[in-house]
Amino acid sequence: MMEPQEEKPIIYTMENKPIVTCAGDQTLFTSLYTHLAQQLPREPMEWRRSYGRAPKMIHLEANFVQFKEELLPKEGNKTLLTFPFLHIYWTDCCDTEVYKASVRDDMMRWQGNLRLHGSADWVIVVVETSDAKKKNKTNILPRSSLVDKIRNDFCNKQNDRCVVLSDPLKDSSRSQESWSAFLLKLRTLLLMSFTQNLGRFEDDMRTLREKRNQPGWSFCDYFMVQEELAFVFEMLQQFEDALVQYDELDALFTQYVLNFGAGDGANWLGSFCSPVKSWTGLLLRQPIDMEKRDGIQRGQASLLELRSYLFCRQCTLLIFLQRPWEVTQRALELLQNCVQELCLLEVSMLEGALDCWVFLSCLEVLHRIEGCCDQAQLEANVSHTVGLWAYATDKLKSLGYMCGLVSEKGPLSLELNRTVDLLAGLGDEKPETVHSLQSPYKKLKEALSSVEAFERHYLELSHAAVEMYRAIGRMRSALLVGKSLAEFYMRKGDPEQAEGFLQDALRSYVSEGWSIPVTHTRKQMAECQKLLGRTENYLQTSALLAGDANLTNEERIHFCQEILTFANQSTDSKAQKVALSMSLFAQLTQLQFRPATATVHSGAALQVELCLRSLMPVAVPLEQLSVSVHLNLEQGGTNGKTRGPQRRPYPGTVLFPLDNSSGMPPSAAGPSLELEEIQDRSPSDPRTLNSAGIVCKNTHLVMRRHDSSPSPDTPNLLSPVPVVVDDGAQILMSGDVTLLPGNNSIVFSVPSQEPGTYTLRQLCATVGQVQFVLPHISPLVQYEVYSQEPQLTVEPLTDQLLAGLPQRAKVRLQTGHYTVKKGDALQLTNMDTMAILSTSSCPATILNSTAERVGESVLSVQSSEKVTSISLPPTPPYHTLEFQLEVLCVIPSGPDRPGNQRLTNGEIRHRPRSYSHPDNHMTAINQRISIDCPWSIYSTTISLTFYIPFKAKHSLLSAGDKKYIQVCLQNVSDMNFHLMDQRLTEKHQESSLELQSLNTKAQQLVCSQQSVYCLWDVRWKEDMALCLQCVFSASFSAASEEVSAFKPYHYEFQLERVTPLNLMKLGRCTA
Amino acid sequence: MAVCIAVIAKENYPLYIRSVPIQNELKFHYTVHTSLDVVEEKISAVGKAMADQRELYLGLLYPTEDYKVYGYVTNSKVKFVIVVDSSNTSLRDNEIRSMFRKLHNSFTDVMCNPFYNPGDTIQSKAFDSMVSAMMVQVS
Repeated sequence: MMEPQEEKPIIYTMENKPIVTCAGDQTLFTSLYTHLAQQLPREPMEWRRSYGRAPKMIHLEANFVQFKEELLPKEGNKTLLTFPFLHIYWTDCCDTEVYKASVRDDMMRWQGNLRLHGSADWVIVVVETSDAKKKNKTNILPRSSLVDKIRNDFCNKQNDRCVVLSDPLKDSSRSQESWSAFLLKLRTLLLMSFTQNLGRFEDDMRTLREKRNQPGWSFCDYFMVQEELAFVFEMLQQFEDALVQYDELDALFTQYVLNFGAGDGANWLGSFCSPVKSWTGLLLRQPIDMEKRDGIQRGQASLLELRSYLFCRQCTLLIFLQRPWEVTQRALELLQNCVQELCLLEVSMLEGALDCWVFLSCLEVLHRIEGCCDQAQLEANVSHTVGLWAYATDKLKSLGYMCGLVSEKGPLSLELNRTVDLLAGLGDEKPETVHSLQSPYKKLKEALSSVEAFERHYLELSHAAVEMYRAIGRMRSALLVGKSLAEFYMRKGDPEQAEGFLQDALRSYVSEGWSIPVTHTRKQMAECQKLLGRTENYLQTSALLAGDANLTNEERIHFCQEILTFANQSTDSKAQKVALSMSLFAQLTQLQFRPATATVHSGAALQVELCLRSLMPVAVPLEQLSVSVHLNLEQGGTNGKTRGPQRRPYPGTVLFPLDNSSGMPPSAAGPSLELEEIQDRSPSDPRTLNSAGIVCKNTHLVMRRHDSSPSPDTPNLLSPVPVVVDDGAQILMSGDVTLLPGNNSIVFSVPSQEPGTYTLRQLCATVGQVQFVLPHISPLVQYEVYSQEPQLTVEPLTDQLLAGLPQRAKVRLQTGHYTVKKGDALQLTNMDTMAILSTSSCPATILNSTAERVGESVLSVQSSEKVTSISLPPTPPYHTLEFQLEVLCVIPSGPDRPGNQRLTNGEIRHRPRSYSHPDNHMTAINQRISIDCPWSIYSTTISLTFYIPFKAKHSLLSAGDKKYIQVCLQNVSDMNFHLMDQRLTEKHQESSLELQSLNTKAQQLVCSQQSVYCLWDVRWKEDMALCLQCVFSASFSAASEEVSAFKPYHYEFQLERVTPLNLMKLGRCTA
Repeated sequence: MAVCIAVIAKENYPLYIRSVPIQNELKFHYTVHTSLDVVEEKISAVGKAMADQRELYLGLLYPTEDYKVYGYVTNSKVKFVIVVDSSNTSLRDNEIRSMFRKLHNSFTDVMCNPFYNPGDTIQSKAFDSMVSAMMVQVS
């Protein structure tokens, strides 16, 4: 069937197909049309392209129309869509006569027409039916001969321009073969024609484009030409190629605008610079917006119209290509680009008009996309659409602000006029959307009509945008939209709604450490909280802002003043004070104890100096500053055991890590390391160190994963945590302190009455009704108060005490908690072998607990035979009294004898144990003194060790019938001695012996580690006894002493079995 | 060229952020902060398998009416963000890339400084002047 032909073909529908004209036998064609139209697109053909473009498989369709001369393109006509790509002449003539009589002439005419219009794309189809053959048997020529004739007549060396179709209406294999050969030919010829004609068109188009810098060149004209090509590609279902045409036009135009911006203006751009009168937005409901196209054709389109039209076409093609998400992406770019271009071209436009255009366009694009995708697809691709939602929200918001729709009072008349102007530019609604309830046009018009409607639409859009951002995990974007919502609510006087959004935003900024957004949001928060009457929160926020270095000083002072104003409201003093975190207000930087040991005996003065860095911009008078102190008795030193005051060193100065509030977020920075030195000592010998190292005490905090639960500090900065004011034991107060900005130092005297470990727990600064509380002082700050029992020690003054010589020992009395009163005395009971050399008085020194000399006194000493009483001077507690005693230990004269001596006070005398000094083999003697002290009913026993400076050895020497006794006296001490008056006597004065000294009478020097040998000639007065008991005695004095006070030394020994036989045999030897 | 340049730590807090003109500082902070959404999206989109040969340059994060925001992420997840004025059309992708490369080199120098504590805000003068050089040409 023939397509009805009108004067102007309807071209702007997607049902366009390339035009193929049919001449010749119309009835014949009509009978074949259905089959032909069906079969032609059935198989694809490969279309080889020029310019290296990739070949494509293409399904060909055609619009068969009856040949008319008017269809042939006239010279210079640039239309392609109405271009007939192929001309077919149909005939079923098989009679030479008929051919010669009429058909040939008709063909000639047809060919002439074609040639006249330079069209070389034609084909002659000769349909051959067996019926026809039978009918006209007479003039039958072999089929081939007629075809040959035609070929001969028309197809000048182009034999393929004449095709035979055999028995087309029969269902035979011959017929099928013939059809497929014919169709193949037809397709090939069509493609050839496309290639040739499109190629020629493209060449012309390019030539035209090259002229773009010549005067008089018009973009609009060129646009129409290239669009023609796009149309053809679209007609051929080559959407990709069609899109390329539009993209090229887009790029060309963009480049011109940019060049214009750079000062290189093109004349034709002038028409696009005219003021914009209409801002109807994109219209994507029709594949082609004819109205705008006409505008472009006439060269009267505005920039927005051109852009709208271009985008509409691109959108249509992208949707054909099933790339809807590219549409949204391009739309966003387009809208933003248009805003820039209008600015660049300095196109004048009513304020807000562009916002209307963008808003309408966003919604239109979204609507179009929703129309071609199902819900699941849309949800999966929110990330592609959310940008448009947010953009539309943004634009609506600025329109609302501009038109006075976002205020409590409603729009002013000026703003109403502006609204009217803006609505006027929208024109009437397009017929396509008149019946749609939710068209962008209706939405905008309604939103601008009233405050309430605006609010509804704005909230709807905003919430949608927030939801979408959240759904795709763009939390920060969601927060920003939320913040903008909060601003809206604040403008509307609805702080309650705003609070949540601000809180969310603030939490995020704080946790991610963005200080400037934090400050800004916090300022909004302060305003919101003030309106809501959330006093505590407001004060908290104000405190934070007052200490915020990002604000100007004036702003900070303002917020500080807000706190002070509140604090000084003395209306109802009964009201609960508002407790806020100290960290908002000031930072505790350092704590220093005086004395630095942080350990004192009970009752002693201990001071602690706090260093507080005030964050406030102005001086803040504090009513009081208090520290609560907790006492732990458990470690108290009152249970009798005396404990060394320095058992565990407390740090005298505690530095508190500063959190740099402006820098990184607390969660990121993590807690600072708390390191402590550890030492592992050997259990047997505390002087040996097994290992030493450093341990981190807070690994559980440091090693915590950063991305897990938000840092506990974070919410602290948002809303006030209940600060528990510790009303525990003791509170240190300091009244009327004024904290200046920066570092302040405050000194407290801490309690030290009761012994125990004290912990500083809380710090609290009170400013009128406001308390700033530091709930935990961390790291732990402790000091210790100890109580000590009186202690008495006696220590040698020298390295070692030597027996036989007067020696000095230092007596040290640590009074501990005991106060030595006047009349208190020490009773010293000594053993016989060790005398206390008493003087009537001896000087004493009194030291205080820090070993400073505070007094001197003279002790009176009274001594009887065995008991020495030393009266003590009055001494305050925790002082040390020191004095010296002179003692003399008698050197035992020989091997130990069993003794049964008792100390004078009845205590059993312990035998002085002898042992050797490990280094110099001196014989040591332990001596004990028992001391009765006024503070105790028990005696204190003190042990002193003396060393005997000499060692004596004896030997019996024989020479002939003479016998000699030799005594060797070795000085084993480190001192030098003078020695004199060496004597040897029989122990029992038996006088059986005559001992003649062979020694010098003079005083002798015995140096350290040297020996003196003494020799006596022995003669027996009577018979020789088997056993001889002798005593060697000598006098010695320390060589260093000027006045030699000689002390005796005795050595008892026994010679046994002194047989003459032995004597006889021994040789004589001399000493 | 750029109107705002920011270096953002792995934990998403700013190590360095500078913008011209100073009045718009707040807006840029919000813009850069919001852009982290897209940075994270792009990083996770690449996937872990590709992490080794991942392209550091993330391209245009998102355009706004007034600005174009570009992103770059180092292998240690430190992010660089450059904001360019939309009207500045002379900047091509290659130039943005080379700006990021310069920024990365300079950042590496900062990190190599033994006195720089990783994670602290960047106060290096050399870095600052390099950033200035990238921004100054606007005016």
